[in-house]
Order: sequence, then C-alpha cells, then structure tokens
Amino acid sequence: MGADQWCDDMELNFSDSHMFRQVQHVLQSVRMDPFLIDLRDKDHYDFLLLAVDPTKKRSKDEMAVLVTILKALSEAVSKIDVMYHHALLHNIFTTCIWYLDLDTRDALLHLITRLAAVADQYLRECLQMLVNNFTPPGPYVPLMEQPRMLAKKKEIYSQLHETLKMISDTVPLASRMLKDVLNRSMPKLFDNKAKMLSFVECMLGLDTDRLGDLIGTTLFEKIVDLLTELDVNITWEDILQEEHNKGIFDMELEDLDDDDDNFGQEGTKALFGGNVCAEKLDGLMVVVCEHLKSCDRDRLFKEFGILKTIFRKSVLKVHKSKFAQFIMFYACSLDPEICGVDFALFLTDIFTKKEDDPIARMSAVSYVGSYLSRARFISADTVVAVLKRLVEWCIDYIKRDRDPVNQAKATKPKDHQIFYASCQAVMYVLCFRLRSIMDYPNLKSQLFQMPIESILMDTLEPLKVCLPSIVNEFLRQSRAARLFNASVDLPLEDIVESDLSKAFGGPNRLDMFFPFDPYLLRESDRYIRPNFEFWSLVKTTYSDGDDDELGDLDAPGMNVDSLDDHVEIDLNDDEGIEYSMNKMSITPHRSFYHPMAMSSDSGLSMPARIRPSVSPPS
Amino acid sequence: MEALREAEAELTVYVHPSNAADVHRAVRRQLSALLFSYEERFDGVLLAHETQLVEVEECEVEDETVVEGKKKTNIVKAKILNGLVPYFGLRVHANLLLFSPQPDMILEGKVEMLGKESIHAIVLGVFSVAIMSDDIHEKFKFKRRGDGGRFVSRSDREHMIKKGTMIRFSVKSVDTEMNCHITGSLIPPQTGSMRWLSVHDAEYASQINSGKRKSRDISIKIEQNEQEHRILQNENSMVKSERPHKSRKRSIEDR
Repeated sequence: MGADQWCDDMELNFSDSHMFRQVQHVLQSVRMDPFLIDLRDKDHYDFLLLAVDPTKKRSKDEMAVLVTILKALSEAVSKIDVMYHHALLHNIFTTCIWYLDLDTRDALLHLITRLAAVADQYLRECLQMLVNNFTPPGPYVPLMEQPRMLAKKKEIYSQLHETLKMISDTVPLASRMLKDVLNRSMPKLFDNKAKMLSFVECMLGLDTDRLGDLIGTTLFEKIVDLLTELDVNITWEDILQEEHNKGIFDMELEDLDDDDDNFGQEGTKALFGGNVCAEKLDGLMVVVCEHLKSCDRDRLFKEFGILKTIFRKSVLKVHKSKFAQFIMFYACSLDPEICGVDFALFLTDIFTKKEDDPIARMSAVSYVGSYLSRARFISADTVVAVLKRLVEWCIDYIKRDRDPVNQAKATKPKDHQIFYASCQAVMYVLCFRLRSIMDYPNLKSQLFQMPIESILMDTLEPLKVCLPSIVNEFLRQSRAARLFNASVDLPLEDIVESDLSKAFGGPNRLDMFFPFDPYLLRESDRYIRPNFEFWSLVKTTYSDGDDDELGDLDAPGMNVDSLDDHVEIDLNDDEGIEYSMNKMSITPHRSFYHPMAMSSDSGLSMPARIRPSVSPPS
Repeated sequence: MEALREAEAELTVYVHPSNAADVHRAVRRQLSALLFSYEERFDGVLLAHETQLVEVEECEVEDETVVEGKKKTNIVKAKILNGLVPYFGLRVHANLLLFSPQPDMILEGKVEMLGKESIHAIVLGVFSVAIMSDDIHEKFKFKRRGDGGRFVSRSDREHMIKKGTMIRFSVKSVDTEMNCHITGSLIPPQTGSMRWLSVHDAEYASQINSGKRKSRDISIKIEQNEQEHRILQNENSMVKSERPHKSRKRSIEDR
C-alpha cells in the first residue's frame, strides 16, 4: 500500500518530515480568530488551500507536492478543526479523484479514512465524497469506453471499495450512514445512462464480505427499485413505435433461435432498443447480471435470499413489470439445483398461503406458470412436484366451493379468479412441459394420477374461462398424450376471450400475466437467452419429429386479415418461417389499443396456429 | 464493563393501525428502530430490549371457529390517538440494555487502526473510539512497521499497542450527535494494553481476580432517568443482553 511507502519515505527524507511539521504548525497557528493570525502563517495556510484546490490542473511536480501535503494532513488530522479549517476541508471533500494519479489518490483516500475515523462530524462528508466519486466527472464520460479508462475505472473502484471497507472497519456504525448517503445519491430515473451504470457498478462492488452483509440488502433494494421504475416507464407503445420505425414486428424472433447458438447480429436487430428507459434498463441488467455471475457460491446464496425478499416486496405485485423480474430468472439459472428449485417453491408458497393478499397470490401463480414453462434449467421432477401442489390446491378449492356456505357467496367467475389463474398456470406449464414429462415413466405416472381432468371438467368450467389459446393448445397436446380424454366444446379459435372470460375482468385481468415472456432487451439478452425456453423449440406431444414442428406451426391462410399490416414487413425477410413467427408477436399491436393490458398480451406467445386474431381492424 | 447498564422503562409506543394484527411485533420493530443510535431519553445507546405489554387482560370471546363457541384471547388495551392517522398508544413495560459512556469512565476496546498521531479502537464491536496523540501518554513511542506501526512504552518494552490489541482507556468526551463516537485518553493510570495491565498493574489485576466489577458501584451514582429504574441485582431479567455479556466474557479470557 501507499501508506507503507510513504512511511519509509518519511524516515529517509528530511524534507518530507520537515514538511509534515510545517503543515502541523500551520494548521495549529490558524486555529484562532482570523484577526489574530500572524500574516506569515496566513500566507502558509493559503498556500495549503491552493495546493488542495480541487479545480486546479496540476503538473507532475505539483502533483508530487500535493501528495506530500495530503500525507502531512493525514498525519495531522487531530489539528484539523471544523471551524477554522473549513475552507481546507471543503477543498478536500470536493476533490474529484478521477483527475488524480494513483499515488495522489492513495494519499487522498488515506486522509479521508483518517478524517472519517477521527470524529463523527466528518463522517458524513467523507462518505458523501467517496460516493460522489462513484461516477466519473462529466468530461470523462464519453471516454469511458476506452481501454485505458476502463483500467483506470477498475483501479478507482477498487480504491474506493477499499477505503469504504476501511472506514466501516474503524467506524462500524458508518455503514448505517453509508446507506443513507447512497440512498440520497442514487441515480434518478432521468439521469444519463453512463452515470447510472457506473454508479450501480461501483455500488455493487461494495457488496462483498462483511460490508456486503451489512448493507447488501439496501444496495439491492435500491437497485431493484431503480430497475422496476425504469421498467414501468417502458410502455408497450414505446416498443410498438420502435418496431414501426425499424419495420420489424416480430418481437419474439424465435426463428433465430432455430440454431441454438445463433446469437449473431441478426438476433440483435429486432430486439427492442432505442427507447431511453429501455437502454438504461438494458445496461443496468448487464451490470447486475455480471455482478451475480461474479459471486461465488456462498455469496450467491446470500444474494439470492436477499433478492427473493426484495422480489416479494417490490416486484411481485408490479403488474407492469416486464424485464426486472429476469434478475430472479438469471440468479436461478446460476444455481438451478438450489436457487432454481427454491424460487419455484417460494412462489408456490406465496400462492397457497391464505394470509397473503389475493393480488400477490394471483401474481405468484402467474409467475410459477411462466417460470416453470420458460426456465430450461428446471428439471421435469420439479415441474411435476409443483404441478402436484397446484392441482391439490385446486381440488381443495373445489371442495371448499361445494360447501353450501361458500357457494352462496361466489357465483361470478371473478370471484374464482385465483382458481382460474391456477388452472391456467397448470395448463400453460403442461403446454410447454408435457412432452418432456412423458419421457420419464415415473413422472408420467405421477402426472396421470393427478385429477387434472376432474378439475378442468368441474362445474366452474375453467376451460371456458381461461385463455382460449392456452386451452386449445393444452387440449391438443393432452389428447395426443391421452392425459385428457373427455370431450369438450372447444372454445372458438378466433376469439380472444370467451364471454365468460370477459365477465371475469376483460383485458385487465390479472391472470393474463406471463412474467417470463421472451426477453427483449438487446445487451442483456445474452444472459437470459441460453436458459430460456422459446415456444418454437418446445417439443409438443403431437409432433414427434423435430422437423415437422415448423410445419405444424405454419398456418397458411390463418388470421391473415389480422396481420394485414405485418405482411409488408414479412416480405422483407423472404423466409417462410418468418410469417408464422410473426404471428406469435402481435403482442404490441393489441396493447396499442388496450394500453392497460400489456402483460395480458404477452400471454399470447403461443403458436400461431392457435393464436386468435386480436388485432382490431385497421 | 462500565457504561453498560440495564434499565426498566415505562413507555408509550405508538403503533400504526395497519400493524394491529400483531402488536407485539409492531412494538418490537418500533423499539428496534432505536437500536444502535444515541437516544437522549435513555441517555445512551439502546443495545437490546425486551418488552411486555401493560394492560393485557385475558378474557373469553365469542368465536365461530371454535366448537364450544368461546375462546380465550388476550385483549390489549390502548388509547387511540386523535388525528388523521389513529395511532394506538400502547403502554409498554420494557427492559433495556443501554450503553451510556460518560466522561472519565474506563472502557475497553480493540484497536483497529493506528498511526503516529491517533489510535482508533472499537468498543463492543460497534462503537468507535479515537485517541489523539495529545491523549496518548508520553511514555508511548510510535514505531513504524509494515503492519501499520505500534506504540511501545519507553518504560517497559513489553507494553505495546498495535492493531488487534485490547486496550483500556478513559473516556474523554462522547459525541452523541450521531453514532456515539467516543474520544478517549490513555493518560490516566490503569490504561493501556489490557494484557500488560493484568500482569503489571496490581490494582487492575486484583479487580479482575476478585471478580467484582467496579462498574456496579459507579453505575449507582449515575443519576436516574425519570422513566427508568435500574435493576442492579436481577441480571437474569435481561433476555437479549447476550451480546454484551459475551463480549465481557471474551475480554476476560483475553487477559
């Protein structure tokens, strides 16, 4: 460390220790009423002030002088007085360390540590000064991408972390104040992207060891809040406009996924970008994912625990959130066996707990459905186990409903929202997973023992209320697998909602929420994509060969009218598949007319074949 | 250690109506919010608390869910505050463990950082102490070393203070503004490295050996706060005071 170095320096070098004494003397001599100060001392003090002037540009020599003075000051912290040396302190606390070289930074940060430890009165300013330096100064921002600056950034961050750790070691209660300081300095929604990213990056760097245990929760809370805030500020209208400009409608772009490793240029063009909030969110997601990736196992468990609590508190019930929840998805994918399974159970627990509020429970069941369907890393065992719990819950519900006391109370579909939501989740998961479950005889028999049929054929008629696209796909697959044999009147294919489901809440209903629909942010997509199950790659029970699948999905003549305005764009890419894929992504279109219903739309990412026409006539 | 004391307090805790379902938890949370910060009312820093609701009556209430139709329930009485939000004013009887250092008390701490002109230590793992060069006895000479340096006594080279040393110091002043930052002094007698003192300072050694803590005698002299009555005899009444007890034990073992 620099400290050792200068210790040695001092013993060898007379002029340094002379300087140290001089500085102490100067500090001491101006500790009095300004009128009484000797003019010579005043001059010396002014020289000191000038030397630590934060705005000054320095040559190499001047930098060396500054280092010596800073070292001298840290040897004389007890002489510094908040009253008489106010100007000096002000200069120190407003210095931007990004303009200084390595040694000078070391000396300055050492001084800051000393000041923070001496008395509470400097503590807040010291922390504030350090936190202010989380972000590079304005002129440096455009240069941040240069390799030279990246190295410098890394250096500075590690120095800042080291200093904050040191302060927290000597003043244990400082972490509480640090929370407060961070809270105030947290980037706001409208701050520029570079500032936001560097701040969050540096902030996450604090989340290690002991300091992480102390303030980790607060850090993540702030970051997740920021993510969700950005998230809800991206509307589907923005996405739609974006897509219009680019002339690309297909948002899922699952065709690109045909080749599993094809994450090339093509893939990026159609993903959603351009919107300011989305770009910021995208960058932040990269930073957070990168942080999670860098955690070792123990740390990851801790982080996961923290994230889970925060998720429950601030993400679960945010109906508009589209991307922020993918933090959980990514965290789970890093440790599928423990975190991945834990998250599924955690959501199921929320859902089955009577004490929780209905909105959270509805949301939780949507999350479970979407999570089990989309997370590639979740094993079929887990899926079956969770399904079993959901089915059991449904059976209980029906039994309770038959109770005359309850029956009188609830007659409308809306009263049974939570039941329908769980039925829908079960069907949705099976659409994605049925085929893979069938591959394991033991799981298959478990699944066949579940009274799924009796639930779906119940007098509450979930098949009529749930989303027809899901119901149809489910029926088709389960028939092929002989899971479900009863005959039902299929809901008409080309209506979005049956009358019943309309009565149940219309487009705003909560159960039409599929939180883990395809991820649309460009940069951070690479973290999510490898573990994400795309519908186009799902093997269904009715298609055995991989190649038939696209044939199955291909739906000539279907819903063409609804896609009128897509057609010209489809022609841009002369691929047959493109057409069918487009129809998986009419999402923004519909929500354009029902802005409130965004998440419900995303539920329609089922195959085009069963995708009902939803676009209003244009 | 001196400065640690137990207190009984009669408090009125205002609980938001949304927390009415679990009043005990609400009260605990309210009090926990005060932990580790200096409270003028308590004249110290709250380290632990144990609460008991006053005015709890056990009575039988009609209840549909129970077959006999009646069930025993505790009813807590509380005044409802006038105003926009009708907070409940709950009367609470609390046992508190407080840390209230006063000037001239002798405390013990672990050195965390030191330099030529200051020693920084931590008391009870939480409170920071700074001892400035003016308050370090002249007999100590600072020697720079790779590991941050050490103070060595001129009279006995065995007596040294370095990072990690447990020291005894006297309180010079306490900054109660924010974190209860203590300024200490190593000038009074029986201060310095505890390990050294336990061997070389007869009075201190006898103190430890007799097992009598000076703190008790002194804490009696501290003026009583209106709300509080200190319990001196009944140490068992504290449930949550494990931490300080532990650290006390540890510090004894260290010697």
